[in-house]
Amino acid sequence: MSEYFFISLAAIVAIGVVAVLLLLSTILGPRNPNRAKLTPYECGIIPQEEAKGRYPVRFATLAMLFIIFDIEVVFMYPWAVSLGELKLFGLLEMVVFIAILGIAYIYIWGRGGLEWD
Amino acid sequence: MELLIFYPIGTLCVFLALGVVLNKSPIGSAMCLIGMMLGLAAVFAIQHAHFIAILQVIIYAGAIMVLFMFVIMLLNLKGDDTVWKTREGNTLLTGLGAVLVVGILYKMTEITGGGEFDSPTPIQETFGTTVKVGTTLFTDFVLPFEVASILLLAAMIGAVVLAKSKMDD
Amino acid sequence: MIDDIVHFFEPYIYLIVGGVKAIIIAVALTAVVPGLVWLERRLMGRFQVRLGPNRVGPFGLGQPISDSIKLLFKESIIQSSADKFLFHLAPAIVVFTAILSFAVIPITQPFEIFGQTIGPWIANIDSGILFIFAISGMGIYGKVIAGLSSNSKYSLMGGLRSSAQMISYELTLGIAALSIIVMTGSLNLVDMVKSQEAVPFILVQPLAFLLFFIAGVAETNRAPFDLPEAEQELVAGFHTEYTGMKFAMFFMGEYINMVTMSSLVTLLFLGGWNTYILPQNALTGFLAFAFKVLFLLCFFIWLRSTFPRIRYDRLMTFGWKFLLPIAIFNLLLTSALKVL
Repeated sequence: MSEYFFISLAAIVAIGVVAVLLLLSTILGPRNPNRAKLTPYECGIIPQEEAKGRYPVRFATLAMLFIIFDIEVVFMYPWAVSLGELKLFGLLEMVVFIAILGIAYIYIWGRGGLEWD
Repeated sequence: MELLIFYPIGTLCVFLALGVVLNKSPIGSAMCLIGMMLGLAAVFAIQHAHFIAILQVIIYAGAIMVLFMFVIMLLNLKGDDTVWKTREGNTLLTGLGAVLVVGILYKMTEITGGGEFDSPTPIQETFGTTVKVGTTLFTDFVLPFEVASILLLAAMIGAVVLAKSKMDD
Repeated sequence: MIDDIVHFFEPYIYLIVGGVKAIIIAVALTAVVPGLVWLERRLMGRFQVRLGPNRVGPFGLGQPISDSIKLLFKESIIQSSADKFLFHLAPAIVVFTAILSFAVIPITQPFEIFGQTIGPWIANIDSGILFIFAISGMGIYGKVIAGLSSNSKYSLMGGLRSSAQMISYELTLGIAALSIIVMTGSLNLVDMVKSQEAVPFILVQPLAFLLFFIAGVAETNRAPFDLPEAEQELVAGFHTEYTGMKFAMFFMGEYINMVTMSSLVTLLFLGGWNTYILPQNALTGFLAFAFKVLFLLCFFIWLRSTFPRIRYDRLMTFGWKFLLPIAIFNLLLTSALKVL
């Protein structure tokens, strides 16, 4: 618990650094805005539309795959730490686990879920 | 001492949870949700469940909320694009929410108000450490662990099938 | 009198020591950024057969300082359609997570001072490496929010790309680290260094080292994986709309992340504070650690000036189709060797 207390100390200090930096940038800088400055940058061309519109669904699929793989990896941390006690049985468990997810991985690869074009 | 830390964090969590519901912009809601996940992680850390606390940050605040953020970015919803704009919709949602709150409160009083609490058992030295989680998960709970892999398999295939079938059209 | 003061502060000694350590680390990390910028510009100059900054002060050392002062006095432009609160929040998250994730890194062995044993870390938690992964994972939101709140096409695309890249390589990073966790049986960074007293893990696990380092370069968005900031296509990626100090804060975050990543590689693979040949104490330990980190930082810069930027689709398929299976294979091989 006490070690986590030190982490909260570090967090407080980090918040302090961030606050000082943001504050300095607000106080010290000059302030003379004009219309051209306040429009979004578009290589000197006047923006035609807002940055709306839809973006490839690929990114969302990727995020879903990431969640699933991340959960898989998270299962591996306690396994890796206690492998010394689990011995061969633990290894076989993880082999089965990875094999099952390997099927999904190969399926996704075959379906083109990992392509990026 | 633990209560002294718990109450501010708990209050913060409740307010952030309210923020998720009441915030007008989807990004604001998502930010509140991330904050609440981090608060929950702190609560877990107070309960000596250190490994779970970090998992809470990695999985919920780190992975699942990234998906939420992506969906927000992809749809690019603005604050006024809410689905339930109509008065009837609002009334319906409020009613449903009220029923839910009453139900939860009833269940909570039933659990906590009914009987006496057991006296807390002193926690062991190894409680909540990664080693303990590992040995328990991989000896006593082998079957749930392997079943979880099949669940993940289904989820992965589902994600790709849904995304791909949309794309092939 | 002095005794009274000492007596008064005695119960709070841990608090004071912890606070002082946290402040030292935070200030050192903030101060090291201009130095790194200087180092990068000088080295890049050498690599490209030109001089690099050499006008302000000896060896151009005054350049980064005057640059940071200049950035402080620049106007901070917030374009009118941006979300003000989130616009400020984004650089804050980037710097905050960068500084916080350094909290669990041990920079040398524990030493004694005034009869107090002091651990050269802010916190020595049970699952230190997971803490770093968790907190640096939070750094993604800084980039996502910068992209979302700027209301600019380049920013949005940059934020999207950056986060997609970071989550893809996080997996490889985790699995490569798992090989080391299997070998040491601990998630604690101090334990990991201690188990390398005889031989650094880079010699035992060269493949894991390569995977971890490549994924680390991608995680910190450094060249050749600096697609979120690809100037030719995205202007400056997610921080296109940022000016002055807020712009500099993104750079601070990037450079601090670079230092953290180099430290992590040092702790996991290069033996941390183990000197191997020199006599081992806290000072030589720190020097060994600092030297290794500096070497890796120069390696980062070397990579930048050697490799052209990789194409985005290749970057993603490289992570998912190449690094990920190899990392899993390496993990299974390592654990099989450990158990059998």
